Amino acid sequence: MSNTQYAIPLTKQGLEAPSAPPKTRMKEAWELFRKNRLAIIGLLIFVLFLLTAVSGVILTSGHDPVFDPAMVRLQEKLLPPLTRPHLEALQPGQAPALGIYVFGTDDLGRDVFARMLQGAWVSLTVGFVAVGISVLVGIFLGGIAGYFGQESICLDHILTVLILSVGAIFLLMGWIGPGAACTAAGCIYIWLSLFSRSRLRQSPRKGILRMRAVSVDTVIMRMVDIMLCFPSFFLILTVVALVPASMYNIMIVIGLTSWMGTARFVRAEFLSLREQDFVTAAKALGVGNFRIIFRHMMPNAVAPVLVSATIGIATAILTEAGLSFLGFGVPPPHATWGNILSDGKRFIFDAPWLTFIPGVAILIVVLCFNLFGEGLRDAMNPKLRERA
Amino acid sequence: MNSPLLSVQDLKVHFRGRNTLARAVDGVSFDIRKGETVCLVGESGCGKTVSALTILDLIPKPPGEVMGDGVLFKGTDLLNLSEPEMRKIRGKQIAMVFQEPLTSLNPVFTIGDQIQEAILVHEAVSPNDLRRRCIRLLRDVGIPSPQERLKDYPHQLSGGQRQRVMIAMALACGPDLVIADEPTTALDVTVQAQILNLMQSIQDSSEMSVLYITHDLGVVANIADRVYVMYAGIIVEQGTTEEIFSRPRHPYTKGLLASLPSRSRRGERLHSIPGTVPNPAYKPSGCPFHPRCPMAVDACRSRFPEMIDHRGGHLSRCPVTQDG
Repeated sequence: MSNTQYAIPLTKQGLEAPSAPPKTRMKEAWELFRKNRLAIIGLLIFVLFLLTAVSGVILTSGHDPVFDPAMVRLQEKLLPPLTRPHLEALQPGQAPALGIYVFGTDDLGRDVFARMLQGAWVSLTVGFVAVGISVLVGIFLGGIAGYFGQESICLDHILTVLILSVGAIFLLMGWIGPGAACTAAGCIYIWLSLFSRSRLRQSPRKGILRMRAVSVDTVIMRMVDIMLCFPSFFLILTVVALVPASMYNIMIVIGLTSWMGTARFVRAEFLSLREQDFVTAAKALGVGNFRIIFRHMMPNAVAPVLVSATIGIATAILTEAGLSFLGFGVPPPHATWGNILSDGKRFIFDAPWLTFIPGVAILIVVLCFNLFGEGLRDAMNPKLRERA
Repeated sequence: MNSPLLSVQDLKVHFRGRNTLARAVDGVSFDIRKGETVCLVGESGCGKTVSALTILDLIPKPPGEVMGDGVLFKGTDLLNLSEPEMRKIRGKQIAMVFQEPLTSLNPVFTIGDQIQEAILVHEAVSPNDLRRRCIRLLRDVGIPSPQERLKDYPHQLSGGQRQRVMIAMALACGPDLVIADEPTTALDVTVQAQILNLMQSIQDSSEMSVLYITHDLGVVANIADRVYVMYAGIIVEQGTTEEIFSRPRHPYTKGLLASLPSRSRRGERLHSIPGTVPNPAYKPSGCPFHPRCPMAVDACRSRFPEMIDHRGGHLSRCPVTQDG
């Protein structure tokens, strides 16, 4: 055997670049995700739904929309899907844009296809905005609970909050004098304690006002527990009954009643991340607490949040459809899949497509989000990586 | 002699448990002068790392409690600084290199991002300058083709390269003092030597002081100007490297040195100090080393030893070996 076989190329390049092939986490996750056929189907339907919803809002809104979801044609009511319109009975401009009622018409002769297009946008925005709100709240509270969890809330903090809220109530009730006094006292105390804290870092806090009452973690996590105690759908129904019905209120209400899961996820991740060396290293570089939380730790904790958010979108869409079905959702005449379903149920024997089409649409979209979310979870879970 | 850059005076760090009090650091004093390399040596659990973290106020409180006469850095007491003031010192004036290069870098950012972060925390620099500075730092710490490495993630680098990146981050703002907490423990011996050489060459080119924490006496002999030997939260012996290695006074230091493998004692069993470091919550009375000390006398059981000056900056805490 000749020696040349073993000769190592001692070029500059050969010595200099001993690094692994560039394969980031995202690429690795995508490789795994691609193998999961159901998840890919979910992703495809999700993209399709996204395109439908975006084109839907373009085609059905404006002064003279291509598909008018509000066009009433009483003579054409309850037509089954794929019927041609009776053009002689319609005025010019009333005919559907495709020359055919793709999904039939409802009891007022409105084109169900146009209404479904309009509803897709509602479902999409409600899903994304509500989950966006819930993820933001969840990340913030979960991050605080996980990072500052062991800090304790002292008696004086509670008293300050009490004084401030009493002041606010007085102000709201119109007692300007005592209200202003209370608020001012609270603010002054906060300012004083912020100022004096910096001097007293060394000595342990003493005195009855400095008595440790509860930890930050306890407060936030018990709040989560309390929120989880309520059956969320009925909580939403109650709130929706109190606030005026509109698309934005629905989003906010759904968002503010579904952040608990995210908060728990983020807290759990943070509890383990907090002990990691790179967090201490960041502190040793002089990075501030909030920058550590949101810039250094959050990207490491985002994977489970992303997964729960994807599944959360499905839940939000379902909740919105349920609310609309019960008549508490987006007010008519704006079409949503829920109220198309609700309107159609009176004609379920005469015109089953009125319930069937929105029902199947909700089913498919919710299912695709769930499949997509589960695929994402499997791809991002390092424990499952070995098996794949 | 001019005043030291950092002067730790009678530092105590206690950790309060449910019904225990662990005295991890129990009255430690040491000085670091400008441009000097000082080693803190001791077994695991003797309080080396806690002392170092306390200088930067990185001890979680509670359960930690920090007391003492002060940690004077350029004349200001770090123990009395507020958190925002402390943050300006960390990284900018005192930087730290950690033991585990594998976990001390954030896995989701490129090393370029992380070095930039180290600079941006303290200085406002334009993106172009920032990039140039990062490349220069990486070149200074001996990373080949730094332009390309900037885009790499930590997992794409080897352990030694990662530790070089950590050192680059520590040097990013030109600190006056670098605390290196066992920076070579997780590395191969060959890489270890490279990193030590690197630290020394950097120190030669700038007037930086280094506090080097290690349990490896081989490393100490290589780099230190002065040595502090720690045991169970106190300093048992201090002196110049030469003094400590050639004329150790304290039985603990003697035991450590005897435990080193040496050519002259080839084939023999390695010496070891019997027993283990005491639990910081239940320290023995008197001299904390007496249960393991071969020279212990009755007085050691009850009387806490004072520092005894052997001249030439050589001090030890053992009355028995006072006469050498």
